[in-house]
Amino acid sequence: MELDHDLKGDVLVITPTESRIDAAVAIQFKDEMRTLTQVAVARVVLDLRCVDFVDSSGLGAIVGAMKQLGGRARLELASLTPNVAKVFRLTRMDTVFMIHDSADHALQAAASHG
Amino acid sequence: MGEGLADSPGRTAWRHVLTVTATPHGVRAALIHMNGLLCAGGVTRDDRGTCETVVAEVLNNIVEHAYAGTTAGDVGVVLARDDRGLRVEVTDDGAAMPNGRLPEPRPAPLDVARGDLPEGGFGWSVIRDLTTGLEYRRADGINHLRFHVPFTA
Repeated sequence: MELDHDLKGDVLVITPTESRIDAAVAIQFKDEMRTLTQVAVARVVLDLRCVDFVDSSGLGAIVGAMKQLGGRARLELASLTPNVAKVFRLTRMDTVFMIHDSADHALQAAASHG
Repeated sequence: MGEGLADSPGRTAWRHVLTVTATPHGVRAALIHMNGLLCAGGVTRDDRGTCETVVAEVLNNIVEHAYAGTTAGDVGVVLARDDRGLRVEVTDDGAAMPNGRLPEPRPAPLDVARGDLPEGGFGWSVIRDLTTGLEYRRADGINHLRFHVPFTA
């Protein structure tokens, strides 16, 4: 499970470069998110533009990644592809996460609040 | 992974039989195979996504529960296209469902503190939301699950 990451000011943008976050990689994904998010940042944006499939294990790992941040930073999502968006909607997890159209939108949101 | 058996001459109807190795990677390979079959069969991206989500949850449940802690067995999946969607029959010889029936629909509670949010338990509600005619029975040591995934296009 490969995760690109890019620190933009106080926002860490993490972009999985594989097309699936599923039961086969869920634990690995969560572990790598824990490693990458050790840095002190205000927000973490998970850019899902390359991901076209998330199952309930993958969804659980994304929730787990948010929980393991504790109070240190927020986890927000960006660029959900249609099928991924559907899974978030069906499980009502779209009400739990702040979801941006794109990582750029997420960064602009930061600027407007700053 | 098994071979497809296209045995129906109908206009849109076809049928494929897959044998899935009950491991996370076996499930992934089967889903990718199914997606290809549906794509070749003219099913839209949106409806393919729905099928993939449903069948993923069903197969993951079998890997995690029916075959939990045992050597990976096989899962049989029959996919039959009809003019309204996809009919799916899934069989495995793992453990029976608790109490011999499907779990009650029980949406995961989300109005809780962030640290208490559920990291699992989404599967059956997703399956129920996206299917019709969901039926389970246990016969001769085999779990049989059947359902229909209605297409939007």
